[in-house]
Amino acid sequence: MKGARYARGMARFESVTQVREGLRDLNYLADEGIASVVFLADRLQKPILVEGPAGTGKTQLAKSVAELTGARLIRLQCYEGLDESKALYEWNYKKQLLRIQAERKSDSWKDIEDDIFSEEFLLTRPLLEAIRAEDPVVLLIDEVDRVELETEALLLEILSEYQVSIPELGTITARQIPLVFLTSNNTRELSEALKRRCLFLHIDYPDLEREKEIVLTRIPGITDNLADQVSRIVRSIRQLELKKAPSVSETLDWARTLMLLNIESIDAQTAKETLHILLKYQSDIAKAAKELSSSK
Amino acid sequence: MLELINGFVGELRNAGIPVSLTENLDAFEAIKFIPIEDREAFKFALAATMVKNASHWRAFETVFEVYFSLRGPQYQLKDGDQVDELMKEMQDQMRQGDGKGQAGGAMDSLTPEEMMQLLYNALMQGDDALMKALAKQAVQRFAGMEPGRPVGGTYYLYRTLRNLDLDSVLEKLMEAQKQGAEAHNAEFTDLEERLERDEFNSRIDSFKKEIEAEIRRRLVADRGVEAMAKTLRKPLPEDVEFMHASREEMALLRKALQPLTRKLAARLARKRKHGRKGPLDFRNTMRHSLSYGGVPAEPKFKYPRPSKPELVVIADISGSVAAFARFTLMLVYAIQGQFSKVRSFVFIDGIDEVTDFFKGVEDVQEAVHRVNTEADVVWVDGHSDYGHAFEVFWEKYGKDISSKSTVVFLGDARNNYHASQAWVVKSIRQKARQVYWLNPEPKSYWNTGDSIVGEYGAHSDGVFECRNLRQLEGFVDKLA
Repeated sequence: MKGARYARGMARFESVTQVREGLRDLNYLADEGIASVVFLADRLQKPILVEGPAGTGKTQLAKSVAELTGARLIRLQCYEGLDESKALYEWNYKKQLLRIQAERKSDSWKDIEDDIFSEEFLLTRPLLEAIRAEDPVVLLIDEVDRVELETEALLLEILSEYQVSIPELGTITARQIPLVFLTSNNTRELSEALKRRCLFLHIDYPDLEREKEIVLTRIPGITDNLADQVSRIVRSIRQLELKKAPSVSETLDWARTLMLLNIESIDAQTAKETLHILLKYQSDIAKAAKELSSSK
Repeated sequence: MLELINGFVGELRNAGIPVSLTENLDAFEAIKFIPIEDREAFKFALAATMVKNASHWRAFETVFEVYFSLRGPQYQLKDGDQVDELMKEMQDQMRQGDGKGQAGGAMDSLTPEEMMQLLYNALMQGDDALMKALAKQAVQRFAGMEPGRPVGGTYYLYRTLRNLDLDSVLEKLMEAQKQGAEAHNAEFTDLEERLERDEFNSRIDSFKKEIEAEIRRRLVADRGVEAMAKTLRKPLPEDVEFMHASREEMALLRKALQPLTRKLAARLARKRKHGRKGPLDFRNTMRHSLSYGGVPAEPKFKYPRPSKPELVVIADISGSVAAFARFTLMLVYAIQGQFSKVRSFVFIDGIDEVTDFFKGVEDVQEAVHRVNTEADVVWVDGHSDYGHAFEVFWEKYGKDISSKSTVVFLGDARNNYHASQAWVVKSIRQKARQVYWLNPEPKSYWNTGDSIVGEYGAHSDGVFECRNLRQLEGFVDKLA
């Protein structure tokens, strides 16, 4: 079993450093943890469950890894009520009906039955598509915490065996092992079964240096001084007890706004006036404005 | 290696982190690809395979540091050499003026003043290597560690920090920054001051962490891994006891509370929606039958909408149990959408309604803070008097209790030997739907000393031990 798996896919990365530098070239700044887990996921051929606050680059990680490996990104956006026919596969009923009606006289029932449950009448959905792909793919299952507990079970077979069982057709096994990313905003506890099959990666808000670096790489033309100030103010704000702390993407939005306003250095006044880009709740904005203008 | 990882996994389980057998095997698989010398990557490899909950990370990290602090000597030695050399250099620089120029001994020969000066410089410049060396030195000098002495790490940490007096160092740093700015004729605004302070605070924090790590290393070297793993074990946030939480743990609890409430609300809403199916919804079934050519192939049902309970929380907020009351109020108000109405009362020996503090407030923390400072709860001396508080409650608000209300009492029922007035609880129960009592004390302490929880409990539908978030969550889950 193990041997067969390795034969199906070659290792994509040489070392942790290679992952890190590769991602850096694509303007995704991975820290040691992110790089190690991606490297391991490739070697162990296991999916990665990425968890963390919104806007810290969970989805972007999958996109960047796809770009790095030159793979096609297949994305399954989860939502409440997602079911088999939307995630895995569905029989094309209309086409099957047409097939039956078109040759009602000529064929025996047996022939028709064999025929209408063939691949021709199968509509593939993202999960099956990822399994059947000939070319290298990265599968992104986004916000997996939104589906109901029961629906989670749909994923289990794919995540551990990289195969899909279709009762009428048999089992379809992956031709190559895709890298799989599952993201979660942690709105509910995922099942043990799912967690057990995945490597776990928690992406938190970056520390000061990394955030500054992110601002510098993602926003061309920003001065070192402004990037420094931006990331320091954001760090101070994150230390407050807020309903929703500013995420990395909001930091970037803020830095972009400051650039557009031609602001070279931030004082308390400008910070207060543009806070609504960083924070989305009125009570948070009021709190932060108050805190920023007092020294303690 | 096998043994090492097995011992490590055993300790993780002891610390309360669930590690399944498959996860254990994954870890073995993972470390084939990551050499132990690459310490950071090695740590993340173990974490990714075995720790599947972000709030368990702190406990994991502690176990990891203990287990691998001595193993992997290459890692440490290299660092040490470098630092020692650096030290010599620094020292030489400092002493040049004095013309002493002592070689050897490196840091040990520094006077305390010189050492504080070095620390000040290191913090000012954010020099990590120097801070590391200073942490080592500080522990050696101030912690007063003796081999074989059965004292916990916190004691040594406290001793070291007291001698360093980091608060005044911070003030000195801030003062210097201010003067620096003024010297350049630049304005030192409040915003900048705050940012600088945050920066220094984070440096000091990392310095403290270094000290902690150094103490841990020494303790492990002295007493061995297994013994230390046991004493240094940090509880998971959901297992931290409300009544004995340290300040740091309180902050952690507050952090853990937010995702918890979100999960709890989602779960309760789902439970309400996806509960037992109701009677057949005829219209809906007919509508759906159209797509099957008029055959009602897909029956549809009405979902029952169970009425939401009305919640009355009566909380003791005297010193000993204040933290518990605070967390429960925060939790209850964070999921108040699950109740038709929430009313809250707090008492010590007097009682006051605090529902209004939470009305239209977005920030529950702020409201809880107001409860603690503004509520009028002291009648005579500010020592808990459950009896009097309950009597007043019954007089003033008793008529508001109806068959829809669920009443929850929070407190340890340590009544300072006052009259219990348990009849109030009894009469409340006669009117209310349910009456519960939550006690933050361990069960074995109940009804000892001045605790009379049994007297009240006899008149309620259930008394629950509620020492940590896990138990609290379990109770609220049942409630709604």
